[in-house]
Amino acid sequence: MNMLTIFKRELTSYFTQPTAYAIVIVFGFLSSLLAFTLGQFWNVADASLNGSFFVYHPLLLMILVPAVSMRQWADEHYTGTIELLGTYPIKLRSAIIGKFLASAVVWALALALTFPMILTVNYLGDPDPWTIFSGYLGSFLVCLTFLAITTLVSSFTRDQVVALIVSVAICCLLTMIGWEPVINEVRRTGPETKEAVELMTRVGIFSHFFDATLGRISYASLIYLGGIISVCLLGTNLALKSQRA
Amino acid sequence: MIEVTGLTKRFGPKAAVDDLSFSVKKGEVLGFLGPNGAGKSTTMRMVTGFLPVTAGEISICDISMINNPQEAKRKIGYLPESAPLYNDMSVQGFLKFCASMRGLTGSARREAVAKSIETCFLESVYRQSVGTLSKGYRHRTCLAQSLLHDPEVLVLDEPTDGLDPNQKLEVRKLIKNLGKEKAILFSTHILEEVTAACTRAVIVDQGIIVADGTPKELEAQGGGSLYDLFHKVTTFETPAA
Ligand SMILES: Nc1ncnc2c1ncn2[C@@H]1O[C@H](COP(=O)(O)OP(=O)(O)O)[C@@H](O)[C@H]1O
Ligand SMILES: [Mg+2]
Repeated sequence: MNMLTIFKRELTSYFTQPTAYAIVIVFGFLSSLLAFTLGQFWNVADASLNGSFFVYHPLLLMILVPAVSMRQWADEHYTGTIELLGTYPIKLRSAIIGKFLASAVVWALALALTFPMILTVNYLGDPDPWTIFSGYLGSFLVCLTFLAITTLVSSFTRDQVVALIVSVAICCLLTMIGWEPVINEVRRTGPETKEAVELMTRVGIFSHFFDATLGRISYASLIYLGGIISVCLLGTNLALKSQRA
Repeated sequence: MIEVTGLTKRFGPKAAVDDLSFSVKKGEVLGFLGPNGAGKSTTMRMVTGFLPVTAGEISICDISMINNPQEAKRKIGYLPESAPLYNDMSVQGFLKFCASMRGLTGSARREAVAKSIETCFLESVYRQSVGTLSKGYRHRTCLAQSLLHDPEVLVLDEPTDGLDPNQKLEVRKLIKNLGKEKAILFSTHILEEVTAACTRAVIVDQGIIVADGTPKELEAQGGGSLYDLFHKVTTFETPAA
């Protein structure tokens, strides 16, 4: 009940301020721009969109997701409204989840509004709707993961900019560590790095993301991403509680 | 209705609140007086369940804030010191949100919001965005938030801070009126407010109660002047608040 109240408040605030519109437009613009330039969308005629469109999402999301959610708890500290939440007869976790879900909905919308890409592909060829759905699913999972990380980071500070910088750093690391060019670079240094490469691939977000976009997401990936999300949200709960002690 | 015994809060080695005991009954307005940094806000944050206590017991209408915070919090309306608000909402929207958080729905919620808008004189701004309000209106909006569920206990941290003289007068009158039906704990460092609104007052200094009594008794202790008493019992330089 309280979770729903907070969810609604947060969601409304995304739309009464420019945040949600900005994110939908910027994400839509940048993701198609990358698809048409780096992704060589026209040349490869990639009807699944995987190699030209979805592949760049983690690179965009690692910056955009923290930008949207940096204020989630930082602002609550800064304005002092956390003192209201903390003295209402509610569970802290319903506030945490309510806020998290509201941001998740904004991202679901931002992803959904890239549908002109789908129309284009449909016009060009005959894509498999299931593959495209998988692509979106992969991107959304990455959104949720980065979102949870930002939630945790923003619970530690009252300064939005600090929250932004730290969460972008963490999300970047998680993305880059498993990014193909980076992996290749490490692999080139010699065969003795085989284990390191293996580890980086597993820890990095890309391998899990690709599995998801190819429609063959494994339990291991789900556990890994779900684990990050749960740990971050539980950590947020702990952080918010212990700051008052 | 508010029963506090042996309340202590330490931040690191420093005790911000040190073994404080007091009680506020229905129909009483207890003034919480003290210089900046005396521990007034810290005490109120513990009484309202925002800060965990280091030691001591707090009971609100016979419900323990420490063992049963969810239930105890229902009984309290709280105005924090900085009068925090969600700046992206309208006054009405904000109050509606707060009422929902208090578990009010439908017509009960509508009536609660309308009533607190009326009580706090917010009719002229209730559609306005909170972010554009002047300080006096911000304070009163946050005060309105504390009255929504018609709580038995009110905790108000410097409710007249930052108001102009007319507004101060209004809020004091309001507190006095509300005090007839409720138990009110309110903090201030303005001495006139004690005589204007309180039935009883305590003076706190460095986390300890240094004087306690009705406004008349306190004046007598100070040889006829509350100022003299305040000056005598409080330290001039408290550590930076
Ligand atoms: N979160 C905190 N961490 C460390 N010290 C604090 C914290 N909150 C308050 N204090 C200290 O506790 C003392 C009492 O502060 P406060 O209760 O705000 O005083 P008042 O409201 O009477 O002006 C001050 O010395 C302040 O510096
Ligand atoms: Mg204070």
